[in-house]
Amino acid sequence: MNQTALKELLYKIADDQLILGHRNSEWTGMGPLLEEDIAFSSMAQDKVGQSHAIYQILHEIGEGEPDQVAFMRNAEQFHNCQMVELPNGEYDFSLMRHFLYDTAEAIRFDMLTKSSYEPLALLAKKIQGELRYHTMHAKTWIKQLGTATEESKSRLQTSFNELFPYALGMFEQSPYENDIIADGIFPGEEALKEKWMARVEEIIGQTDLKMPEVSEAKLGGRKGEHTEYLQPLLDEMSEVFKIDPTADW
Amino acid sequence: MYGGGNTFESAKFEGLENEDPQKLAEFEARIERGEKIEPSDWMPKLYRKQLIRMIEQHAHSEIIGALPEGTWITRAPGFKRKLALMAKVQDEVGHAQLLYSAAETLGKPREAMIDDLITGKSKYSNIFNYPAFTWADSCFISWLVDAGAIVNQLANARGSYGPYCRALDRICAEESFHLKYGHHCVIHMATGSEKQREMMQAAINRWWGPMMHFFGPPDKVSVHTEVLMKWKVKMASNDDCRNQFLDMYVPKIWELGLTIPDPNLKKNEDTGRWEYTEPDWEEFKRVINGDGPCNKERLAVRRTAEERGAWVRKALLAPKTEYVAPLA
Ligand SMILES: [Fe+2]
Ligand SMILES: [Fe+2]
Ligand SMILES: [Fe+2]
Repeated sequence: MNQTALKELLYKIADDQLILGHRNSEWTGMGPLLEEDIAFSSMAQDKVGQSHAIYQILHEIGEGEPDQVAFMRNAEQFHNCQMVELPNGEYDFSLMRHFLYDTAEAIRFDMLTKSSYEPLALLAKKIQGELRYHTMHAKTWIKQLGTATEESKSRLQTSFNELFPYALGMFEQSPYENDIIADGIFPGEEALKEKWMARVEEIIGQTDLKMPEVSEAKLGGRKGEHTEYLQPLLDEMSEVFKIDPTADW
Repeated sequence: MYGGGNTFESAKFEGLENEDPQKLAEFEARIERGEKIEPSDWMPKLYRKQLIRMIEQHAHSEIIGALPEGTWITRAPGFKRKLALMAKVQDEVGHAQLLYSAAETLGKPREAMIDDLITGKSKYSNIFNYPAFTWADSCFISWLVDAGAIVNQLANARGSYGPYCRALDRICAEESFHLKYGHHCVIHMATGSEKQREMMQAAINRWWGPMMHFFGPPDKVSVHTEVLMKWKVKMASNDDCRNQFLDMYVPKIWELGLTIPDPNLKKNEDTGRWEYTEPDWEEFKRVINGDGPCNKERLAVRRTAEERGAWVRKALLAPKTEYVAPLA
């Protein structure tokens, strides 16, 4: 098993979960209704918890402590896709991102339940219940708001168009794509993208929304190239931790 | 958290003479026997009015209280704290939800209560009008403000209105986790590096005054509590709650080598009561009436959240609404 390839895969998944979990948690106390405050917080907790579990796997194969890895790296060292680092915007933007991301997340982890890398397969099985809630939540809200009022439909459509190129960036290929597939660790980004597209089209087809024109994917996140928004997010996240990184908080 | 409700503002005491004396006597006898009053039961107008006000203020305190702590979720140091604080603040929002539902059983819709909050017509716990400057402030809130709230809430859970008592039972169960989390945070700060200890001490110095205010004005100036006590709306006096809090937590604070900024604070072993310097009650009045360091900011944040979410709530009024409740 190619260790470099494996670590690359683990980092990008963990970083996605951490950064989007962090963004989702920014809705606490700010949601459009209390029920959504609570739902976004719950999903944020799941994502941050899952990122921790993956950093822990990385730690067991020689990487740093999860706290150090999460709180002490700078933006260039993060491998998350750019979509998850974008600011929350209005609720339509956060909801659409949640739908696009969590649909992919659920398929990704579903594929990982069959991974030849056992720690990852075990984790993927363990979190299936959490992920099922996330996709159910996303689907319900997209269907509701995507068929409700003129305003809700046009808001979602605008956010959808804006996010689509970033969503395609989730599937940016790794330099080790072939090794990962050959080793049976993960069936690869292309296979994931195909399934994702079918599922997104299916759900959007049940709303009054339209699939955006196919556009060029926003790539670079997987290589550490980020938007201007990631570093400030990390600075905020580590503000207290960095007062004394060796302290027990 | 958070509030104890009745310490912020009481309903006007009038109109009791217009109630049917026989129904009133039956109502009071039921309460005397320890029965719970349920939404469809007869109750004096004043009882209904005071309870709505109290439960509503409690709900507002939960949702406004989520703001000063909420701003520390994105900055919590390390996974363990980050996850615990997210879960804690999520609970607080859940408490608001439970309490709004309990208040709704008395006939006031949630939207109307939230309107009264953001227009400044309705009060919430005074303590959230103070800023949480550092991580240590958020630790203080999680431990000691929640501790104060538990003192109030445990008392109120023995009150006479069924839906409020049942909401409080659920809330108190979650509060014990908050208390443990907050205490751990403070222990780590107080026994950590020089810098951490300094941060914690500074937070205690900042928050002690507001914490003393938290339980409301001294009994000798609190008016109209007899009827509320008889009806089991108010279950313990402000001074009793404050004394209970001091008794339980001052020794724990001292135990950590932290000091409290009141040279007169000590327990009188003869009376069993704590003696202290009265906090500045003029400041309390000013802040509760809108002129505190964060009143405007807190309400502005809440108002913005309501405005930004208006289109979502409107869209939900369209048919086909389903809710999806999180697993945890
Ligand atoms: Fe609470
Ligand atoms: Fe609490
Ligand atoms: Fe939860």
